[in-house]
Amino acid sequence: MTDHSKLEKYEDNWQTSMGGWFPGEKVLLRGKNVFTELNQKSWMEYLLFAVTGRESEKIARLMEGMWVICTSFPDPRIWNNRVSALAGTARSTGALAAAASVAVTEATIFGLKPIKGATDFFYRLGDCIEQGQSLESVVRSELKQHRSVFGYGRPLINEDERIAPMMDFARSIGCGNGRYIKLAYEVENFFIHSRLKYRMNIAAVCAALLADEGLTPSDFYHMATLAFTAGAMPCFIDAESQPEGALFPLRVSRIHFVGDRQTRQWRN
Amino acid sequence: MSPAISETISTKIWDESAEPDNPFAAASCYCSGFDVYGDLLKNASYIDYLYLLFKLEPPNKKQSMLLEGLAIALANLGPRNHAVRAAMNAGVGGSTHASALIAAISVGAGNLGGAREVFYGVQYWEACGCEIKIWRDLIANPPQQARLDVWLPMEHTPGFDPNGVSCPTPVIQTLEHLADIGAAKHLKWLLDNRTALESAVGYPLAFSGVAAAAFYDLELQPEQAEMLFMLLRLPGAAVHALEQEKLGWRKYPFFSKGFKVTE
Repeated sequence: MTDHSKLEKYEDNWQTSMGGWFPGEKVLLRGKNVFTELNQKSWMEYLLFAVTGRESEKIARLMEGMWVICTSFPDPRIWNNRVSALAGTARSTGALAAAASVAVTEATIFGLKPIKGATDFFYRLGDCIEQGQSLESVVRSELKQHRSVFGYGRPLINEDERIAPMMDFARSIGCGNGRYIKLAYEVENFFIHSRLKYRMNIAAVCAALLADEGLTPSDFYHMATLAFTAGAMPCFIDAESQPEGALFPLRVSRIHFVGDRQTRQWRN
Repeated sequence: MSPAISETISTKIWDESAEPDNPFAAASCYCSGFDVYGDLLKNASYIDYLYLLFKLEPPNKKQSMLLEGLAIALANLGPRNHAVRAAMNAGVGGSTHASALIAAISVGAGNLGGAREVFYGVQYWEACGCEIKIWRDLIANPPQQARLDVWLPMEHTPGFDPNGVSCPTPVIQTLEHLADIGAAKHLKWLLDNRTALESAVGYPLAFSGVAAAAFYDLELQPEQAEMLFMLLRLPGAAVHALEQEKLGWRKYPFFSKGFKVTE
């Protein structure tokens, strides 16, 4: 143990190359002046630069296509959207609805965990194949260890209707022919011919497309964090504009008690 | 109910019967067999009801004292705590009160002094129990993430403060008090072996470590401990946010001179 806290040297001393606000003068992001060097960027290009430090109209456009096509279904039955819809029906605020929906989007069966996990999987798969392992053995090992492979299989429905339009969009801007997207389809082919019959879902497609553009799992995760809000917000607005409490009300008999029905008396 | 509606919520925790005039209002509510508004409301303490909600059984006297002691220790970790600071940032800007609690939960959920650390801490207890050799082995060879997760890997041993110098007095006071209650085999062992563990780790025990041991003594699952750790710290976040809201941003640190952009 030390005699002094390691924190002392950080006291009132935060040094960063990420950027900051110079009051009354300028704003810097990763060394660039926001008002004079980044002012012509689209918001998605700005976000890409903020998250990764990369300037690429193509990647920003690809990401924007993913946001539109893949992430924002305005359906209040989808769990993250339902949170916003519940906020609307309970007359909470739009920002609180969005904050809760974004947080809930960090889910296992959809959203951000599969996005990060699928990107991580494709990079590991690519490395293992380079080292001489077969695709089949890597996938089997992943299944054995985790009982799932991020990006394959889907709740409610196996086939993913987003894949075709997403791939069409990707090809229209010159993406969709890289090493990782080919691997993604090869993994799907493995699953289709296995007893699991999993189909690829959109997380695998987006992860592979972005891996082909050199984005890391964390890059994709950070870029995608807000992607789902365009689905949540209309659900909030819709519920807010309808009568209070009208969203999928639950009558008492919808509670299915599965515990011991014996009534007990509290004893202090 | 319309015959077409068949989807229900299954629960072992809660049962209700409907008011005769309104199928959407409960006439009685039962928590694990106890009449909440006819019995618990009059006869149970808040802490006992909290225990019942998580465990579905009432606590014995010592379990109740243990959870109550822990709840008092965690209720306010003070305005320097990361989660409380998060809440105060909502306060000084005039943000919604809900955002203050969301901020406190979000920041207080993490690996450093947060609920995720407590989650891992309980897992360490499950793996090591009261065996110092197993603790030393796990501290020397911590578990590795096999695949990336939204949570970053732990950068220090859970339950200990990587920025600490010696174990702070309030942490020791809490550990001594909780260990003394008598329902606390693992807290007692932690009290007896604290310095040995700290030597192996290289830095001192933290509140998160005491909480993890207490939750393990209460036989809570890691995810139950994670939830309760977030819940029990909210009172401090709430009152400090409200206080700073009144005082305003001018009386709150902005770190005007402590920020340097290196171009």
